[in-house]
Amino acid sequence: MTTLADKVWDRHVIERGDADLLYIDMHLLHELTSPQAFEGLRLAGRPVRRPDLAVATADHNVPTGPDPLSLLDGLAARQLRIQQENCARHGIELHPLGSPGQGVVHVIGPELGLTQPGMTIVCGDSHTATLGAFGAVAFGIGTSQVEHVLATQTLRMPRPRTMAVTLRGTPRPGTSAKDLALAVIARIGTAGGTGALIEYRGDAIAALPMEGRMTVCNMAIESGARSGMIAPDDTTFGYLEGRERSPRGRLWERALDDWRTLRTDDAADFDREAVIDAAAIGPQASWGTNPGQTTGIDGTVPDPASFADPAERAAAERALAYMDIAPGTALRDIAVSTVFLGSCTNGRLTDLRAAAEVLRGRRVAPSVRALAVPGSTRVKRQAEEEGLDEVFRAAGFEWRSSGCSMCVGMNGDVVEPGAHSASTSNRNFESRQGPGARTHLVSPESAAASAVLGHLASAADLED
Amino acid sequence: MDPVTRVTGRAVPLDRSDVDTDQIIPARWMKRVERTGYAGGLFEKWRRDPGFVLNDPAYAGASILVSGPNFGCGSSREHAPWALRDYGFRAVVAPSFADIFRGNLPNSGLVPVQAAPDVVAALLAAVTADPATEITVDVAGRLVRCAAIGEAPFALDESAHHRLVHGLDEIDLTLARSDAIAAHERTRPPWMPTGRP
Repeated sequence: MTTLADKVWDRHVIERGDADLLYIDMHLLHELTSPQAFEGLRLAGRPVRRPDLAVATADHNVPTGPDPLSLLDGLAARQLRIQQENCARHGIELHPLGSPGQGVVHVIGPELGLTQPGMTIVCGDSHTATLGAFGAVAFGIGTSQVEHVLATQTLRMPRPRTMAVTLRGTPRPGTSAKDLALAVIARIGTAGGTGALIEYRGDAIAALPMEGRMTVCNMAIESGARSGMIAPDDTTFGYLEGRERSPRGRLWERALDDWRTLRTDDAADFDREAVIDAAAIGPQASWGTNPGQTTGIDGTVPDPASFADPAERAAAERALAYMDIAPGTALRDIAVSTVFLGSCTNGRLTDLRAAAEVLRGRRVAPSVRALAVPGSTRVKRQAEEEGLDEVFRAAGFEWRSSGCSMCVGMNGDVVEPGAHSASTSNRNFESRQGPGARTHLVSPESAAASAVLGHLASAADLED
Repeated sequence: MDPVTRVTGRAVPLDRSDVDTDQIIPARWMKRVERTGYAGGLFEKWRRDPGFVLNDPAYAGASILVSGPNFGCGSSREHAPWALRDYGFRAVVAPSFADIFRGNLPNSGLVPVQAAPDVVAALLAAVTADPATEITVDVAGRLVRCAAIGEAPFALDESAHHRLVHGLDEIDLTLARSDAIAAHERTRPPWMPTGRP
C-alpha cells in the first residue's frame, strides 16, 4: 500500500541509499540561480547530459514596465546575456525576455504542457512546488544541485516523509484557493511540513481547477514542506489535453492509462496527517512577517502574549514591531497603499479574471498604487483578448508585462519603505517586496477589493 | 572540495525563529553571476541596525552561527550559504533547518548542526553571556562541544556527512554511476515532454 508521492518517487530511483539517486525528467531554469552552475560545468569541463530535458526562461530580474528590454539595469542585462550564451552553447530551449513564451517559470511550464503526472521536475526555485499540482514530484533546489542535474540528469535526495493535508467540505462562497493555502499554513505552521512531501486531498481540493491546485501546491514550501502534490484526475487531464508538449493520439491514451494509476492506495499510511474543515475557511490575510501569521479577514491581529510557545510569541512581537501594527487591530482597519496582483502563486488567467470581476465598474482608491502583472506573456495576451486589460486600466490598475515583479522586489517593482501592501504573492518576509515593505498576503479577489477600499478587505465588503 | 572534519571557534547568537533566506541575503544580490563576494550582503538590512548582533565587535571573527528553529526557510537561493561562508561562518547550529537550505549548506562546505532544542538554548545562553565562548563542531563524530554543555550529539544525514568529512565532489560520485543512469534513462516513458532548443 503506497502513497502517490512514494509511487512517483519509486519510479525514479536509480540507486537506493541514505539519499536515493533520483532521475529527473524535466529541469526548468531561470536566470538567477543557474549562471554559477553553468560556470561550474565550464570550469570542470563537463557537458550537459540531457539539454533536451531542460527549458529556461527569464522572470526574476526582468522589468515589467512598457518596453522591459529598455528598462534593464546593467547587472540584470549581463545576467540575461549570460543565460542566452549558456543556453545557446549547450542547446537548451530558452524563452527570453521579449519572446512570446516568456513568463514566470512555474507558469510557463504548465502552459506548454511540460509538467505532467508522474514526472520528477526540479528548478532552482523553491516555488517549483507549484508543479506538484499535476501529480508530479516537483521541488526547488540550490545552484550546486542545478549543476548536478545539468551534469547527470539526477539528484541525490533523501526520500521525503509523507504527509496528507485533507481539506474536507465545501468552502464558503468567496473563498479562493489562496485562502485555503493560507489557512493551511496558519494551521500547520511554517515548519509543519518540514521533511515531507504534502499530498493535498479531500473534496475541497478535488473541486479546484488546475490553477487553484497550483496555488495550493505553490504555498506548500511556506509550510516548510519539500513540495506539495495532488493526485491527477479528469481536471488534470482536461487541462493537459491539447497543450503544445502534451502527448497526442495513441501516446495520449497510453499516458492516460498510466496517469490514472497515480493515486494513493486506500490503505496507505502517511507519516503525518492533518484534517482541516474547509467549510470553516473564509477570506484570509496575513498580519505578520511569515505566511503562518495569518488569520481570517474578519479577525484581529493577535496579542503576542496570547501565544503559549515562547518562540512564536517572540516572533509575533518582532513581526508587529516591523509591521507597525498594534495587537487587537481589526484586519480591515489596516490601510494599504500598494496592491500587487500577480506572481507564480496568483498570476494565471483565472486569477486575473477573478480580480477583474471584482473591479468591473469600480475604481481603485486614490491613495493606492495597484499593479496587475500577468504570470506570463501568453497569459497577458489571453487576458487582453478577453478585454481584462481594459477592466484593470479603467479601474486604475497599471497593466504590466510578465515577470516576478513585486513578489521578489529586485526588478524595479517595489513597495515603498514602510508602506503596507495587499499582495497575491507568497511571502510576507521583512523587506521581501522592497526595503521596509510591509506585506499582507491575500487572494486575487481580496487584493482587488483592498485596492478599491484602500484597506485590507474581501470582495464581499464591496457588496454591503 | 576540502574535507571539513571539525570547526572550532567563537559563535554569534541570533536568537530568532524562521530566519528566512531573504534576510540572510536580499534578492538584489542575486543579479550577480559569481559564486563569491556575498559577505557584504549577509543580513544586509538587519546590519543597518547598530544594535544587531553582527555589529557587536565582541563577535568579530566568529565562525559559528547559533540560531532558532526553521533556520533558512523560504527561497532556495544558494547565495545564502555563500554569504554565510564569505562572511566567515563555517557552521550553523539550530534546532531545525528548512529542507532546501539544509541541503545547500554542505554543498558550500558549511556544516548544518541540528542539535536538540535545549542544547541550542544552552549554547545561545553561553555565547550571549560570554562572546569569547569557544564551540567545537566535531563533524566526523557528529558532536558539538562547549564548556557550558559538555558534549552533545547532532543530526547530519549520512550523505552530507560522508561528503563533508571526505571532501568529495558529489558530481564526480554520480558520474561514476553513468551506466546505471543510462539504463534508467531508457525507461523514461515516450509520452514525457522534452525541450526544443
